[in-house]
Amino acid sequence: MKTISRIYTFLIYLFLYAPIVVLIVFSFNNSKSRATWHGFTTKWYEQLFQNDEILTALTNTLLIAVVTAIVSTILGTMAAIGINSMNKWMRRIVMNVTRLPMINPEIVTGVSMLLLFVFISGSTGFLKPGMATLILAHITFCLPYVILSIMPKLRQMDPHLYEAAQDLGCAPLPAFFKVVLPEIMPGIVTGMMMAFTLSIDDFVISYFTSGTTQTLPIAIYSMTRKIVSPEINALSTLLFGAILILLIIINIRQIRDEKKAKQAKRRAAQ
Amino acid sequence: MKSKAIAAPYVVWMAIFTVVPLALVLVFAFTDRSGNFTLENIANVSRYSGVFLSSIWLGALATIICLLLGYPMAYIISRKAGGRQSVMVMLMMLPMWMNFLLRTYAWMTLLENNGLINNFLGLFGIGPLELINTQGAVVLGMVYNFFPYMVLPIYSVLTKLDGRVMEAAQDLGANRIQVFGRVILPLSMPGIISGITMVFVPAVSTFIISKMLGGGANLLIGDLIDMQFLGSAYNPNLGSAISLVLMVLILICMGIMNQFDDGEEEGGIIV
Amino acid sequence: MKTVQAKKKVFNNRIPHRTIRLAAALLCVLLLGSLCACGTSTPSPEEPAPSTGVTINVYNWGEYISDGSDGSLDVNEEFTRRTGIEVNYTTFATNEELYAKLSIGGTDYDVIIPSDYMVGKLIENNMLQKLDFSNIPNFELIDEEFRNPQYDPTNEYSVPYTWGVVGIFYNTNMVDVDPDNVSWDLLWDERYAGQILMFDNPRDAFAIAQARLGQSFNTTDPADWEAAAEELMKQKPLVQSYVMDQIFNKMGNNEAALAPYYAGDGAILLEENEDLAFAVPKEGTNKFVDAMCIPVGSQHKAEAEAYINFMCDVEIATANIEYIGYSTPESAVKEQLDPEIAENEMFYPSDEVLDRSEIFTNLPDDTNLLLDSLWLQVKTGGSDSTVALIAVLIGFIMVYIGIVVYKKIKAKRLRS
Repeated sequence: MKTISRIYTFLIYLFLYAPIVVLIVFSFNNSKSRATWHGFTTKWYEQLFQNDEILTALTNTLLIAVVTAIVSTILGTMAAIGINSMNKWMRRIVMNVTRLPMINPEIVTGVSMLLLFVFISGSTGFLKPGMATLILAHITFCLPYVILSIMPKLRQMDPHLYEAAQDLGCAPLPAFFKVVLPEIMPGIVTGMMMAFTLSIDDFVISYFTSGTTQTLPIAIYSMTRKIVSPEINALSTLLFGAILILLIIINIRQIRDEKKAKQAKRRAAQ
Repeated sequence: MKSKAIAAPYVVWMAIFTVVPLALVLVFAFTDRSGNFTLENIANVSRYSGVFLSSIWLGALATIICLLLGYPMAYIISRKAGGRQSVMVMLMMLPMWMNFLLRTYAWMTLLENNGLINNFLGLFGIGPLELINTQGAVVLGMVYNFFPYMVLPIYSVLTKLDGRVMEAAQDLGANRIQVFGRVILPLSMPGIISGITMVFVPAVSTFIISKMLGGGANLLIGDLIDMQFLGSAYNPNLGSAISLVLMVLILICMGIMNQFDDGEEEGGIIV
Repeated sequence: MKTVQAKKKVFNNRIPHRTIRLAAALLCVLLLGSLCACGTSTPSPEEPAPSTGVTINVYNWGEYISDGSDGSLDVNEEFTRRTGIEVNYTTFATNEELYAKLSIGGTDYDVIIPSDYMVGKLIENNMLQKLDFSNIPNFELIDEEFRNPQYDPTNEYSVPYTWGVVGIFYNTNMVDVDPDNVSWDLLWDERYAGQILMFDNPRDAFAIAQARLGQSFNTTDPADWEAAAEELMKQKPLVQSYVMDQIFNKMGNNEAALAPYYAGDGAILLEENEDLAFAVPKEGTNKFVDAMCIPVGSQHKAEAEAYINFMCDVEIATANIEYIGYSTPESAVKEQLDPEIAENEMFYPSDEVLDRSEIFTNLPDDTNLLLDSLWLQVKTGGSDSTVALIAVLIGFIMVYIGIVVYKKIKAKRLRS
């Protein structure tokens, strides 16, 4: 049984990683060929960094992701707190609307936003598809994820804490920042990170709302439609590397936090 | 914390950017180009029922394959010791963080007639096999892209399973198959359900995958919608009608799935 | 961004081997980039024009401009350097895609490059602006035969960019054919099943079927179009994939044996794969002219006209044509070209070939609608399976109701 499960695990991870490894290996191939090896080179990386289209797209993507993460976290935190104090009936309606963009096929969300922006720009002249609409669209599809990662933390929190702080003479706002915020902070951080990564990765909704502004996924899409150059492999490798490093850092931090929590518990028990 | 008002900006935001756009889709679906009411678009959707059927079929196939491959994987991961478990979960998530266009592109290079797989098979005198531009390639693309969405929810349910429940079942005389069929499987149902929805919905509505791996001849609903808005058969009214039908289809599926799920969870979203 | 570009140019010239630094993480590069943007500007060796702060949106076909790769001239960068006008350059794959983007609105393109029939359609739909030819003095250079074309009879809206004919590219190792006797039938030949590529846009795809059937490409008889659609559906099982710019990869890497495409792309294709050859089928073909226009909604018309004028400049056009390979409508440019190109029948076909070619014209609205729906039928298989779909949907709903009812009964039983 154990060997079978080992082989199975190996095969699954092979399936998941073989294509990526091939991409990475061929980013160093000294030829445009995608199947035969012609020696080592880094010229595709050099070309990548001279490719204006990619660099502009990268800047746009990061800019959009940062704005999206900040705005959707602030709006989402406010929303989560507000929703938490609603009565059951109202909460249900709001939560259903919140889940709508998550349930809805991405392409329908994209198309519907395209219609909205075209409608607005057609009748007022504002909000032509471009950077601004991209940011609005990204905030919209990130908000539900932010809210849903904060809600459970709010639910876990003891509601009397906040009241106690106020009873002890703390004004509502400072009470919020000193008592509530630290409690739900992990949820906020998770939500913010999710918004950031969702925004960076999004293709379908951006495709419909971007106008002439290029984001990285859109640039990648147009790269796959044209003469394919191994630059795209180089780009994949860099992105993969960046993600790997990021994930490792997150994991290490998590493990450290867990250790700390355990130690704290032990101390408390003593 | 009696401050409902603080959610007001959000409620307004969602009204403008979620509800109004969907209302616009509805309006477009039921009007013609000059803005008059018509049912023609909805009626015309039936012309593309073949596309709907093949999308549902391919999406369902991909979902089943994901489930069959993913469940054992989730089970194996959930039975590993702590440190190993988190490494394996991380490795499962890692490819998901890469853009799906790049992942699909990777398969394109592998499946080509002169791609690595056919070159490799050629060493043994097999092939070249026709791998790319087939329905099989499209399903493969879906399975590869959405596989982690199946594994992770199932894993997160299985990992919370109390080991003592299984021991108890075994003590009461259940054999391995019975323990699995009567205890583990029913208890992991919520994970399976959310796995199925998380794979099926994007698989049915995907576009680009069929363009890249299916050769543009195996058109899916997503491609059809794209063609009506930004592609080669401009007709946003018909496109809206198709989107509407797709949405209804998905909602029915979700309705069915939610019926299996007893708990009324409001959170529970898996990264 | 401009300074970044200028700086990068200097950077590239001086430090050719930056191998180690390239491995640095993506974010670092970005940070560097933004720092450069804030820092002082580096004077370029050729004294670029001061920035005007204007960016024009140019929307062109994919792989249809000299972009600086393989040592060619980067036309857009050169334009910015000379005029100080930035270019936001994006691409489309088919005329229909361009039409969709323009129709749905919201995006202000300044220069677009549709083909003949699409120019006609855009003019008819009032989607183009009249050009101010005093801003385009280089229009003088356009040959007489390309002025006042049928799609723009008074020549107020468009300036020809390039022209060419459609033919078949084939791989000489995979296809056995007499180069002087090529027929469109080749694309229906079962020997090459699974190795045939086909146009992924309606007008070009239908034209091939129409040429086989001996129809005019501009017929308005619905029966003709339906007959052509019939042919395309017959061809579908043999087709490996429907493509546009992907043809470069597929033909270049021997993934496919046969593909109809625009002659001009032979410049890139034949260089990439020397086994490829080009022929214009004997039944006749489509001659096309792609022309630069300014759509309604352009916010920078004068700058857009400057761009059009710039593209007609002999020096620029020569560099551009040399790279993209399509045929030039300017004799002065043709004279500058390498005789190997200028005398190549692929790029400048003989009168005999041109005599059996036909230009697309804009079709009447109902013919266009018919064409759209026939094209969708070809692409989606057209098989009528409404009953099956409705059956599946009803099945879904029944399952849903069934489960709800079952659960209610179960709940009742539990309670009692």
